[in-house]
Amino acid sequence: MRFALSAEHRDFATSLHAYLAGADTPGAARAWAHGRHEPGLKVLRGLAELGVPALLIDEAHGGLGAGPVDLVVAFEALGYHAVPGPLVETAAVAPAALTGAAAERWLPSLAAGEAFATVPVPLALDADIAAVVVGAEVVGQPELVRSIDPTRRLFRVDAPPLTGGRAFDLGVLAVAAQLLGAGRWLLDAAVAYAKQRSQYDRLIGEYQAIRHLLADVVTHLELARPLVHAAAVTASPQDISAAKVKAGDAAYLAARTALQVHGAIGYTAGHDLGLRLTKVRALAGAWGDSGFHRERVLAR
Amino acid sequence: MDLDIDAESVAFRDEVREWLAAHVPTLPSMDTAEGFAAHREWEAQLADARLSVVSWPREYGGRDASLLQWVLFEEEYYAARAPGRVSQNGIFMLGPTLFAHGTQEQRDRILPAMARGEQVWAQAWSEPEAGSDIAALRSSAVRTEGGWLLSGQKTWSSRAAFADRAFGLFRTDPGERRHRGLTYLMFDLRAEGVTVRPIPQLDGEPGFAEIFLDNVFVPDADVIGEPGQGWRVAMTTANNERGLSLRSPGRFLAAANRLVDLWRSAGEPAASRDRVADAWIGARAYQLYTFGTVSRLAEGGELGPESSVNKLFWSHLDLGLHDTALDILGPHAETDRAWVEGYLFSLAGPIYGGTDQIQRNTIAERLLGLPKEARR
Repeated sequence: MRFALSAEHRDFATSLHAYLAGADTPGAARAWAHGRHEPGLKVLRGLAELGVPALLIDEAHGGLGAGPVDLVVAFEALGYHAVPGPLVETAAVAPAALTGAAAERWLPSLAAGEAFATVPVPLALDADIAAVVVGAEVVGQPELVRSIDPTRRLFRVDAPPLTGGRAFDLGVLAVAAQLLGAGRWLLDAAVAYAKQRSQYDRLIGEYQAIRHLLADVVTHLELARPLVHAAAVTASPQDISAAKVKAGDAAYLAARTALQVHGAIGYTAGHDLGLRLTKVRALAGAWGDSGFHRERVLAR
Repeated sequence: MDLDIDAESVAFRDEVREWLAAHVPTLPSMDTAEGFAAHREWEAQLADARLSVVSWPREYGGRDASLLQWVLFEEEYYAARAPGRVSQNGIFMLGPTLFAHGTQEQRDRILPAMARGEQVWAQAWSEPEAGSDIAALRSSAVRTEGGWLLSGQKTWSSRAAFADRAFGLFRTDPGERRHRGLTYLMFDLRAEGVTVRPIPQLDGEPGFAEIFLDNVFVPDADVIGEPGQGWRVAMTTANNERGLSLRSPGRFLAAANRLVDLWRSAGEPAASRDRVADAWIGARAYQLYTFGTVSRLAEGGELGPESSVNKLFWSHLDLGLHDTALDILGPHAETDRAWVEGYLFSLAGPIYGGTDQIQRNTIAERLLGLPKEARR
């Protein structure tokens, strides 16, 4: 047993962080929210060069043949940097959901970052730019539905929703990792702010009321991470659901705490905090809400 | 990254499981005189099977088991509902301290008797004015011919009412303040000048006690580490208490599995579904977090401020888990001995080993790098 990330995994995470930190992901996310896709697509092409959409696609279809652990490492970084777009659908779900002729037709271009997939769960993220909708014959004319998170452009599509199975579980796993990453960014931002903002002649990070909130956040995030990693290793629905619940709760605690620590500045659209705050709330309910996943945890 | 357990460890786990299935007794509470005696016998039986201190070297009664094997042992131990360890303060706190800082003579003299439950140790840590702020302690040790004379008062000392010996910190240089000038000493609870006054816990049993010391002689051989360096020595003990060893994940996972069983047998009440699921998720998270720590330590890492993360997490988990069980039991909760005992023990979690508030301060400063609180 060696329950720790390998040097290769850590290097992969480092290169993703380095790339995304310099890619103006907040600007890309804001443009994406207004339906201006080009800056976001540029970010996604860069991620394709780093191999993200190709991870779970087998080598015969132009992929890397990597595994779920690589997937969670990638999605933690994507969540940290609030990258927009249908990457859960393209990188986590499509490689398992598309088989036979559909796999032959689509997986090579998904792996190359030339095309995207989406999945109704029950709404489909970014169906307007997706070349393939899992479970549907054609994309058709999707109807846009507004999400609490403006960067999540959701569409009603004419296809049966994905509610279970290996492909669904991989999507849930990627979302759990994304939540973990978003939570970590929210914590980092709140800690950084608490170290420089003064009130009543003291840094707010000196106040026990603030310190204790942040200590609780890091505790829950630290304990959520091994669940996400283990779910990637065991692939058991019970572990995957446990990871989704715990990562969702920890990220939500991080979001609420980060907003409280920032005060009104964090409530503005101009602050990057909002890009994670609303996404965390959206993802907590998407891909099976907490009730659904707690049921799966307790299933015999 | 994998969770695969090697064949040798699987064989070890199977042996432990089989042995426990055949031997686990039901004992009275260790916080009573007869229970304490019965627990000593159980520990001797464990020692005969070389299962009392599996991670220790063979020469002291252990098996040189790896950290992973120790975790597996603990999981089996709690899953089998085996009795709590009367020697736990010694085995999990003094033992590691002696391995890190003791002399060969001290190890040879102390560890084998500890492993068999023949000599049971109490932790003389807290004082009336020094709880979480342990550096505020006042008890003193004054130099005398061939040793030291201890004076002062210790309190909340678990199992001191029935234990044989105790270990703790004493101020040996009255000119120094706080963490300086402290020395780590062991003493006999039946020595001349020692008075032990039991304190009944919430359940009425004398689980802990006050210890009054009036010029109690301790030979130089019972000083651990260098005189004046007690704080550094003690940090080994404190990290062990909060961190890996005392609160093994097995305890929580076994209890969480019992909670799920209880919930099912109660007809799966919807009102407690989420709390039951969260208790299981928390216990699983704690188990996996421990596997992560074990993997890191196996590669040469050290226990750091994550022991505070550990403590903060398990104390809440334990309390929430038992609270949920009592809520499911409803009108039967107050009379269910097993769950009530677990609940009463869990109530102490956020208090001992450094309160949860102290842990949060440690996490804030040492893990998050937040500025220190302005002191008055």
